[in-house]
Amino acid sequence: MLAILPQLLYTGLGIGAIYAICSLGFVLLIRAANVVNFAQGQFSMLGAYIMLVLLVGLGVPYWAAFLLAVVLMAAFGILFAGAVYWPLRHRSQLTVIISTIGASILLPNAVLAIYGPSPATVPGLFASSGFQLGPVFVDSQYLSIIVVAVLMVALQYVVFEKTLLGKKLQATSQDKEMAAMLGISVVGMVLITFAYSAALGALAGVLVAPVLFVSVGMGATLALKAFAANIIGGYGSIPGAIIGGIVIGLAETLGAAYISTPYKDAFGFVILLAVLLVRPRGIFGELIAEKA
Amino acid sequence: MDGATAPPSAALARIPAARWWRGLPGALIGLAVACALAAIAPDQGYYLNIIMQAVTYAIGVAGLVVVLGYCGQISLTQAGFLGIGAYVLALMTTRLGVPFLVAVPAAMLVCGAFGLLLGFASLRLGGHYLAMVTISFQVILTLVLTNWIGLTGGPDGVSGIPRPAGLAGARAYLGLCLVLLVLVMFYAWRLKLSRLGRAMQAVRDNEIAAGTCGIHVFRTKVVAFGISALLGGLGGALFAGAFSYVSPDQFTFDESVVMLTMALLGGVQSPFGALLGTFALVILPEWLRFLKQAYLAVYGGAVILLMIFMPEGAWGWAVHRFWRASRPIGDWPVPPLPLLSMQGAGPGAPALEVENLAMHFGGVKALDGVSFAVRRGSVHALIGPNGSGKTTFLNVVSGLYRATSGTVRLGGVTLDRLAPHERTRRGMTRTYQNIRVFRGLTVLENVMIGAERRGNDVQEPAAVIARALAALDFVGLGREASLPVGSLPYGHQRYVEIARALAGSPDILLLDEPAAGLNSTEKQELGLLLRRLKGHGLTILVIEHDMKLIEAVADHITVLNFGKCIADGSPREVLSQPDVIAAYLGEPQPA
Repeated sequence: MLAILPQLLYTGLGIGAIYAICSLGFVLLIRAANVVNFAQGQFSMLGAYIMLVLLVGLGVPYWAAFLLAVVLMAAFGILFAGAVYWPLRHRSQLTVIISTIGASILLPNAVLAIYGPSPATVPGLFASSGFQLGPVFVDSQYLSIIVVAVLMVALQYVVFEKTLLGKKLQATSQDKEMAAMLGISVVGMVLITFAYSAALGALAGVLVAPVLFVSVGMGATLALKAFAANIIGGYGSIPGAIIGGIVIGLAETLGAAYISTPYKDAFGFVILLAVLLVRPRGIFGELIAEKA
Repeated sequence: MDGATAPPSAALARIPAARWWRGLPGALIGLAVACALAAIAPDQGYYLNIIMQAVTYAIGVAGLVVVLGYCGQISLTQAGFLGIGAYVLALMTTRLGVPFLVAVPAAMLVCGAFGLLLGFASLRLGGHYLAMVTISFQVILTLVLTNWIGLTGGPDGVSGIPRPAGLAGARAYLGLCLVLLVLVMFYAWRLKLSRLGRAMQAVRDNEIAAGTCGIHVFRTKVVAFGISALLGGLGGALFAGAFSYVSPDQFTFDESVVMLTMALLGGVQSPFGALLGTFALVILPEWLRFLKQAYLAVYGGAVILLMIFMPEGAWGWAVHRFWRASRPIGDWPVPPLPLLSMQGAGPGAPALEVENLAMHFGGVKALDGVSFAVRRGSVHALIGPNGSGKTTFLNVVSGLYRATSGTVRLGGVTLDRLAPHERTRRGMTRTYQNIRVFRGLTVLENVMIGAERRGNDVQEPAAVIARALAALDFVGLGREASLPVGSLPYGHQRYVEIARALAGSPDILLLDEPAAGLNSTEKQELGLLLRRLKGHGLTILVIEHDMKLIEAVADHITVLNFGKCIADGSPREVLSQPDVIAAYLGEPQPA
């Protein structure tokens, strides 16, 4: 049993990287617009379906389909903001949350009505399935996922910390009124965040598609992992989102191998409950209290 | 004091809220209608099933009214609680031979226990935590029901579930369900008007203000979620008896979504709305068969549209449209408001003492060793330029922030480790610079919440109403008592907040910039009000920028700048001190 441990760690890291990307998009919306987006996972599901339609249905070349899916989802993010968030932006957070829950029900069921319930497969990024490295078979798709996750985290760091756009985004997330007074277009910043968040979701979706199958239910599964990752890592914390995602990926891969396969999805939840009971603010817990 | 504890009962009996039998006639009519419906219902077949489903679901959806409508916490596992209730009943009756009517409360208790566990884990923090945890719970529950074949029978479910002896016939059993539904409706409706229900709504509308009004916010949320779990368990247990068969696919996340849509469509603020929504969504799909598997997509879209265009649901919309706010409460002798602070001890002794209070946010020292005392019966003003730490001071004193170091004492009792509601219980009430009223409630209900603080000298419902009316009368809003608080102009909402704080008969009242946002006439009125309060001997600590107001009412002034006390003394001394003038005029340091 122990012999497969390195392999499991590798796979868990790959899955965890997917959850981390999803969770990252989720956190960004919380920080920029104070929106807890329950439809975050559906961005991944839609991204994967767009890729599927482009690739299989329309015969678009692989890389073009991959990139187009991400770009189209960025545009969808703006549409989503306009329909689900914008009309409610002055109302309570509760109304916005319920609205995104509505979207998380609408989107998969609309896809279900169009494409039916049967899952579809998408080929991996590379023709080679991978290579052996010591005890670990380095699956090329998981490797791509890990590399992309690292790149996205690096990109995000550079954008947020080193560019003016990043500073504006941060300013908007910290104090919308003040940002507006300083001449920052708050609307623009919020829309950019929605677009980026949806694109990140789509990226997770098209990356995970070759591993998990493209299915209507994939969005809900990813969303649950992203929430849990977020709470485990610390609500609203960007490093927390990444670490939390990896913790869940590892927990469920190891749990499925050593404890029980049918309950694979339950392990993350058990960790989540434990974290909430013992350390409710998560690993990197930030004190995001409402201003009194 | 005596006037308030023995209210003029004849006058109070005219206020609907004070009648103990409120709603009872309606409930009796409901019971009669329930029995009549059961007698004329079809005793078998398709329509009977539809009615059974609607009735048992409606009980579960009433639980959503409590947790989401009243308390503002999103639960996405109501079908999960129905499932737990249904399975507990099914397994107890079929495997253990427990009588049906014993198994029903057992099923409810098991649900309640799960509710408490989930609530304890997730309700300490914001509302979306509960939503996330309940979604996960719902998914895991379906996994367990499907895979733990030894216990649950797996995908095949449990069949042969009996009904209670003597009520096994379809009509008799439907009668039982309908009677319970009426009782649940009555309970949920009365809950909204009760002290607990008001506390829930206060938590929903403004958690911070609820805490400083003396409400134990976390416990209130857990209780609301616990009640929703119990009602889910009851609905599920009755569902199991109705169909004599349960399986995992009856209680999935999709069903939780359907129940959420039912509650939102009908109107989640009222059990009647939820009832309406439940019946609509049980019966409508029968006419909307052409939607087939797209029905959930339609529900999802409907949820978004409801949030945008009809957030209170059909019932809430209709009530708003056709129901006028009840008439102003008539004139009768309102008992006087007892205001004299800290009965017993002589004037001049320190009421509130602050020693070396510090509050650091990272490297920022918002408060840096503040010490002073507020004498009993005095009006003590805390002034200082913007950013000097005044509001932080008030937030630390009222327990919203935990001080980095230092001590706060009220009447000699150390408050440092106490939560806001515990400080309120010990006699401290406050208002906010940016008004924090409970928008979903009436003016009277807002002030009743203040009067209901633990530790107040009134606790009986009628006395609480009398006290709230007295406080409203004191600030001049007696005639607006039955209006929704949101319909009042800004300045009056501020008075509602002050009345809410006064109704708690505090030992000390903390006012955070009461004149902010008021026009000059309103400021003059406020000055008169503060002078009247002072005349009654109430101890007040007020933060204010308006110097005219300060000079008119303050006995004592403390000046803060950059988190430190720079002056402390009588108004004349303090306001002539050079560094105070410098701090205000921007010389030598910028204000």
